[in-house]
Parts: sequence; structure tokens; C-alpha cells
Amino acid sequence: MLVIKNLKAAIEGKVILKGISLEVKAGEIHALMGPNGSGKSTLAAVLAGREFVQVLEGTVTYNGRNLLEMAAEERSREGIFLGFQYPIEIPGVSMVNFMKTAVNEHRKHRGLEPLSASDFLKLMREKKELVEIDSKLANRSVNEGFSGGEKKKNEIFQMAMLEPKLAILDETDSGLDIDALRIVANGVNRLKRPDTSVIVITHYQRLLDYIIPDVVHVLYDGRIVKTAGKELALELEEKGYDWIKREE
Amino acid sequence: MDNRSERYYNLYRENIKRISRNSSPYINSFREVAIGEFSRLGLPTKTNETYRYTNLDTFFSHDYKSYFMPVESDFIKAEEFRCDVTDLDAHGIVLLNGFYPTIRDKLRQLPEGIWIGSLNEAARKFRNKIEKHYGRYVNGNSDGLVHLNTAMASDGVFIYVPEGAVLKKPVQIINLVESGEDIFNQHRNLIIVEKNAEITLIICDHTLSPQKFLTNGVTEIYVGENAHFDIIRVQNEHNNAAKITHTFIHQERNSNASSNNITLHGGLVRNSTHHFLGGEGAESHSYGLFLADKWQHVDNFVNVDHAVPHCTSNQLFKGVLDDMATGAFNGRIYVHKDAQGTVAYQQNNNILLTDDAKMGTKPQLEIYADDVKCSHGATVGQLDDNALFYLQSRGISKREARLMLMFGFAHEVIQNIGVEALRERLDNLVMQRLKGELSRCASCMVKCG
Repeated sequence: MLVIKNLKAAIEGKVILKGISLEVKAGEIHALMGPNGSGKSTLAAVLAGREFVQVLEGTVTYNGRNLLEMAAEERSREGIFLGFQYPIEIPGVSMVNFMKTAVNEHRKHRGLEPLSASDFLKLMREKKELVEIDSKLANRSVNEGFSGGEKKKNEIFQMAMLEPKLAILDETDSGLDIDALRIVANGVNRLKRPDTSVIVITHYQRLLDYIIPDVVHVLYDGRIVKTAGKELALELEEKGYDWIKREE
Repeated sequence: MDNRSERYYNLYRENIKRISRNSSPYINSFREVAIGEFSRLGLPTKTNETYRYTNLDTFFSHDYKSYFMPVESDFIKAEEFRCDVTDLDAHGIVLLNGFYPTIRDKLRQLPEGIWIGSLNEAARKFRNKIEKHYGRYVNGNSDGLVHLNTAMASDGVFIYVPEGAVLKKPVQIINLVESGEDIFNQHRNLIIVEKNAEITLIICDHTLSPQKFLTNGVTEIYVGENAHFDIIRVQNEHNNAAKITHTFIHQERNSNASSNNITLHGGLVRNSTHHFLGGEGAESHSYGLFLADKWQHVDNFVNVDHAVPHCTSNQLFKGVLDDMATGAFNGRIYVHKDAQGTVAYQQNNNILLTDDAKMGTKPQLEIYADDVKCSHGATVGQLDDNALFYLQSRGISKREARLMLMFGFAHEVIQNIGVEALRERLDNLVMQRLKGELSRCASCMVKCG
């Protein structure tokens, strides 16, 4: 589904990703771990199409297509979803209007008619229940005045609405208490289908108690320095990142 | 007096008989003093601090025709005109070039003993009320244009809401400007909302023919104790039109008044809104939204006077400027020495869509009391890149994402409008305007160019 080969990228002239190679097959869950500043969020930004990251070298292929040539909105319509580490507040734009526009853009892309108002509201209701999001939140402006936990739940809610093939969750667990964490993780698990993939970016093992990864990668200084099964996460939890740094 | 001011002074001298013919002696008694003030102050120039960003020269140097009484017109469709505000159930008044186009209904009674009509027509029946309020709230103003209006306006709208009367439906004044000639209009409105009364007023400004127009209108409003008054102004005029409005709201104890200026279109627009909080516990809200492009210029001047303790005021003005459009915001909060416990907020946010668009914003706080809570903030910037990306990352195109952000920005002002049908209609109009679809008067489906 996703093949990254020798990806190098910089932000404002500073090289952050120094040659990343990674393959995510349909149906797999990958965890991307690593200390602060190792390049995890930059990788997510490249995959989602942020323009401030300059790709210097390497290729990213998504379902056989050159991902790097696709605009951010096209990546979304083709099934890539980025759960933001810091979701943006957009005053004056209602959640309903935001999601209606997004869902209908996705439908148009697939050659489908826009949803009727009542079908759309029905869909919202179903998905809200799935991620246990407060009904009132959907009537407010996008993320405005939401607590940290509400913002993260709202990311999963948007994911539920858009049904992506590849979800990249950038530190969706940070700042969540254990109840919110469980809700977010349950949402991700319920949305997972046999042919969809997830990349979970996280510092901590605790999210991986709920979302069980097939593969765990450790990113350090812009490179993947270790790849193993889910037991690697436990080892990191126990020993910290220092032993990885030392092995470098 | 400079040449341009002198022309208007002479216009007054030459036409004083015609100007005063249909007005009451009381209203006429203000004219000589006012023209004296005008000759002293002249037309505002950029040296005047409150007109610092606004140049009136181009519009005032032009030769306009002035009429001092209604002109016979074949514009009989005016009565059908409702600004195409779907489902807006309102008591309508249609004015053509500042006058009532038809004789009938020049003064009529609404439920609850409320009266609306022509100021001249009301002069006899409401003599005491007019003598109590007329000319009082503009008193001492230092803008020559206000005095020019007092000297020369020959009619306008009068609304009287007696004590305790609550009008459920809003009153809608539709100001149409239509002529085969370039014309200069001045009208004068007086609105009296007595104790415990409640009314909402919507004013829609439209131009219906492409000639050059200049309007200088003054509205005085008295809001009595515990009364509630909302005024919403929707301005949609063409690029050859200059609209200058002066609104004076005088508030008594525990009253609540809000003003909302929505400027969708117009060559030059200058709104000055004065809130005088003259009774303890009074609360005022002043909102404004303007969308300008091409060579348009929109200026909002707001003056909030906290004259007594324990009043609250709030200002929120937002602008979106495209092409080489220019804008100005000048907001003044004046807290008098004894006005302890004052709470006053002011916010002005602007988005510039191009490098050529310009915005001048100037908050002014003059505080002479020591126990007050005041804040102000002003921003001039572009659309937020992070927000744009957030929307795009959900599959929304860049164009659509920009529109949504601009709309959201504007909606924060519109959401304060209490009349639901108007709010929805304005959301639509703003969306059309932002998409570049709202051409001259496209808002008017009914017999409107």
C-alpha cells in the first residue's frame, strides 16, 4: 500500500529525515516510536502533503502512485488520513459544515452524488456514537474551545466520517487521560477493516496496549534504527531510548 | 472654508426655502446654527483624526443634483421590494432617494401603539416627542457632515415605540437610490424607544441605477430605561456610490442596544456609530463586517461614551479586503471620570487577500476612571496556513478551504444578528460575495437591475 524508499527531507534548510525506507502492506498496523526530534512528525507531514517540508531525495509510492506529486486534498480523497498532533481551531466554521464539505468532496472523487441533508446527519450520528463524542461538540466551530481530549476524539471522529485506507495518527495519545485514551483506541480498532492500514506515531507503549501493532519501528535522528514485532515496544518501555542511542 | 465646503454652504443658502418648506418650525430652528457649525468645521479632511484613512475628495468634488422634496417617479414597484430576504416577516418602509415615494401610509400605526412614518408627517402629532429628542444626541459633534445634515435634510423616518411596547416583527427600512441623474441625498431619522419597550430595526441600502450617488444620513436613537433596541444595517451599493452614515444611540439605565453594520458592497462607505451610555447598567454592542474589493473603501468609526458607572460595551469589527481595496477602523472608548465599574471591550480583525489591499486600524482608549475593565485588540493578516492545511488534509480543495475560512471569519460577526431569517440570508450573501458572484444588487430578485 505504502512504500517509502530512502526518503530525505528538510525544513527550512535543516535536514530532518536522513534516508527512511518503510513498507506498509494492506491490513497492517505499524507503530513508529522514537525520542523527541527524531523526525516522526516530519515524516507524517511529508505523507500528508505539508508544503513547508522539502523532499530532497527518495520516493513515496501509495497504491502504485507517486504520492509526492499529489496535492494534500487529493491524498485525502485517495484514502490517506492524518490525525493531527495539534488539531487546529477554526472559529466560525461549524463541524457540520466542515464534515459535510469533506464527505461530499470524497464522494465526488468516487463519482457519487452528494449526501442528502438527512442522510448526512444520520451518518454523523452513527459516527459520533462510534467514537463516543459529545453531541454538542458537533454543533460547535471546528475544535474551538475543545479540551485536549475532545480535540483528539474529534480527530478520530473525522477519521470515522472519511473511512481512510491508510490512517496516520500523529501522537494521538499524547495528553490523554486513560479514559480518553481507551475511547480513542477503541475508535481506531472499530474502524479498522482487514484491508486498511494504520501508522501509529507515539512516544509511549501504553497506546499499543490497545492498538496492537504488527510491526514496531524506532526512529532516531532521521533514520529507522530498529524494526521488530510488537515486543519491541515493551522493551523500549522498559529500557527507554538510551540503549538505542548507544547502539548507534 | 475651502471651495468644496463653500459649494455645499451655497447650496444651502440657495435652497433654504425649499429645504424647510415641509418641515416643522422646531426642526427648521436648528438649520441656521447647524450651517454656521458646518461653515466653521467644513467637510472633513484627512487632517481630521477620525477621517485619517478616508479621503472624501473624489466624491465631494463631483457635481450632484440635490432634491429637497420627493420627485415624481414611476418607481411604483418599490412596495414589492423586500431585499429578497426570504421569510423575513417585517413591517416595511420603502424610501426612494430618502423620501417616501407614495403619499399613502406616510404615517401609520403598528400594533402596541407603535408609529412609523415620515418625520415631517409626524411633526404635528408627535410634536412633544420630537421637541424632546430631535437634535439632542448629535449635539456637540465635531463632524461637519453631521451639521450639514441637520441644516439640509428635509425628511426621513420617524419611529415611536411607547413605554412597554414590544414589537415582535422587525421594522425594515429599504433605502433605494435610483435616478437618471447623479444625486446627493441627505435624510434624517429619529427613533424613540421608550422605557421597557423593544424593537428591532433593519436598514437595507441599495442602488438601483448606475449613476453616481452620494448619501449623507443621520439617525438619532433614544433608548429609554430597560428598553431593548437592535439596529442592523445591510449595505449593498455599487462602486459609484458613496454612503456616509452617522448613527447616534443614546441609552438610559439598564437598556440594551446593539448595532450591526454589514457592508457587502459600495464605492466608499463610512459608518460612524456613537453609543452614549448615559444610565447605569446600560449595555451596548457594536458589530461590523465589511467585504471590499477593487477600489472600494470602507471606514468604520465607533465611539463609545461611558458617561456613568457600571455600563458594559463591546465592539467587534471584521474586514476582508481583496484587490487594492482599502479599509479603516477607528474605535474609541471614552470612560468618564466617575464611570467606575465600566467594562469595555474592543476587537478589530482584518484579512488582506492581496499585497495591494490596505487597512488602517486605530484603537483609542481614553480612561479617566480607575476601576474599569477594558481591553482592545487589532490584527491585520492573511488566512491562517495551518487552518488551510487542516481543511485540505480532509479532502477539501484549496479554493474551497479559503472560502470556508473567510466565511467563518465573517460569520463570527453575522452570528450576532438576532433575526434568524436575516442571518441566514446574510450568510448566503456573504458566501456569494466571497465567491465573487454578488454583482451590483444581485441580492435583489425583485425588479432590481
